[in-house]
Amino acid sequence: MTYTWNWGIFFEPSPEGAGTYADMLLSGLAWTVATALCSWIIAFALGSVVGVMRTLPSRAANAVGAAYVEGFRNVPLLVQMFLWYFVLPELLPRDLGTAVKQMPDAPFYTAVLCLGFFTAARVAEQVRAGLRSLPRGQTQAALALGLTRAQTYRHVLLPNAYRIILPPLTSEFLNNLKNTSVALTIGLLELTARARAMQEFSFQVFEAFTAATLLYVALNLVVIAGATLLERRVAVPGGR
Amino acid sequence: MHLSHALLLAALAISAATAPARAQELSGTLKKVKDTGAITIGYRDASVPFSYLDGNQKPVGYAFEICLKVADAVKAHLKRDTLEVRLNPVTSATRIPLIANGTIDLECGSTTNNADRQRQAAFTNTHFLTATRFVAKREKGLDKTDDLKGRTVVSTSGTTNIRQINEINTARGLGMRILPAKDHAEAFLMVETGRADAFVMDDVLLAALVAGSKTPEAYAISSEAQSRPEPYGIMLRKDDPAFKAVVDAATAALYKSPEGRALYEKWFTQPIPPRGINLKLPMSEAMQKVFANPSDSPDPAAY
Repeated sequence: MTYTWNWGIFFEPSPEGAGTYADMLLSGLAWTVATALCSWIIAFALGSVVGVMRTLPSRAANAVGAAYVEGFRNVPLLVQMFLWYFVLPELLPRDLGTAVKQMPDAPFYTAVLCLGFFTAARVAEQVRAGLRSLPRGQTQAALALGLTRAQTYRHVLLPNAYRIILPPLTSEFLNNLKNTSVALTIGLLELTARARAMQEFSFQVFEAFTAATLLYVALNLVVIAGATLLERRVAVPGGR
Repeated sequence: MHLSHALLLAALAISAATAPARAQELSGTLKKVKDTGAITIGYRDASVPFSYLDGNQKPVGYAFEICLKVADAVKAHLKRDTLEVRLNPVTSATRIPLIANGTIDLECGSTTNNADRQRQAAFTNTHFLTATRFVAKREKGLDKTDDLKGRTVVSTSGTTNIRQINEINTARGLGMRILPAKDHAEAFLMVETGRADAFVMDDVLLAALVAGSKTPEAYAISSEAQSRPEPYGIMLRKDDPAFKAVVDAATAALYKSPEGRALYEKWFTQPIPPRGINLKLPMSEAMQKVFANPSDSPDPAAY
């Protein structure tokens, strides 16, 4: 290996004229975090709705939920990113399409929507698994007590199901966080995109990606610590 | 005969036998090529017309052909009857690690030779000179750098061009929004679909994209360049003077010969595969100079 290491590269000014290479990577980290959080809101909300639909006694709700999940989890994320970014604006009415294309930070909004809808399919399956893992008697008891179906889900089933699926949901959140890197293909200046730019400008490939790796790991460890705390706080006393 | 004499004779015989071998001892890439009987060329999949895949998914191109000539020269230098030429696809992100770790020996494409990059890799004689310009839809009437004020501009991530347009944007306060795209095709698509007003790139790559588009006449390349001429070179491993000397000699001989000019004309002024597009880019004065006096200088002022 004939490689010239230069760890001082992070403190050299980046050619973009705004700060050092380290600043460049940190700005990428900020976009990564923003994209991950915003898309998770969509993923969690929509995923819960679809997951519940798949456990309802209605055939129609089941079919819609199943179609959503199979559609979004069977198309590669990269392809979905391109569909949202390049194909969707062409399908809209001409003026609206142009407005969407000219929107500032379009890659960010596109990435949030795309990741949100993609991850929602995966969250939906976990919510469904959580609901299915509950004894059937819980639903029956709740309905027999006179709760409506909505109340049954709201007060009996979902609080239990969410507690059960918290660990895999944490994994899903971490996946979502790392999946933000796919958005570099539509021009989002997130962490991986910044590391790539840094290696192109400086040719210090390994330093750039080592830094990016460490930042991803550190960020994920923070998430895991937070999830562990949350798990402890919401645990039912004396429960499983 | 005494034993000591016999030993002396034996020692002389051994040293006589090994001396010529030691004098020719190879190091670095030449040794690797000799030992393995193969040289590995890194090619790009979409750098038209330098190095790209044709209709049969085979790498072709101007830089690629130069690399094949270099491989021939290496074969002649090593006095081998055969030399296997292995091909390995590279991207802008993988070319440096693959050169550094010895996966590829020559990188043939459109890699800019500059001083920063020479800290990490070596470059042979310049095979092309380009300048940064932008392409926009003709109807938008953008032609000078200042026309880009407040516009949305796209460039390919990790190129020297995006760096230059960033610098110009900061220096002149043009307030452009500069989007990075994954590759040239995607960046051009963004201009085609109206996501960006202009695409800033090496003029030759823009000429290729325009020539290959559905409506070549709908696009115009800016008359004002956003940079000084920039040399493209074939990239080699750093700190390997023996190999660089062979490659430099081979490329210099090629560029000075009529064959070099013919090679240029084949790729830049005639229809090229896969679709028979013609870049119509006759040899510039600077290019003629660099072919007459081959240089591996990374300094734009030298051209």
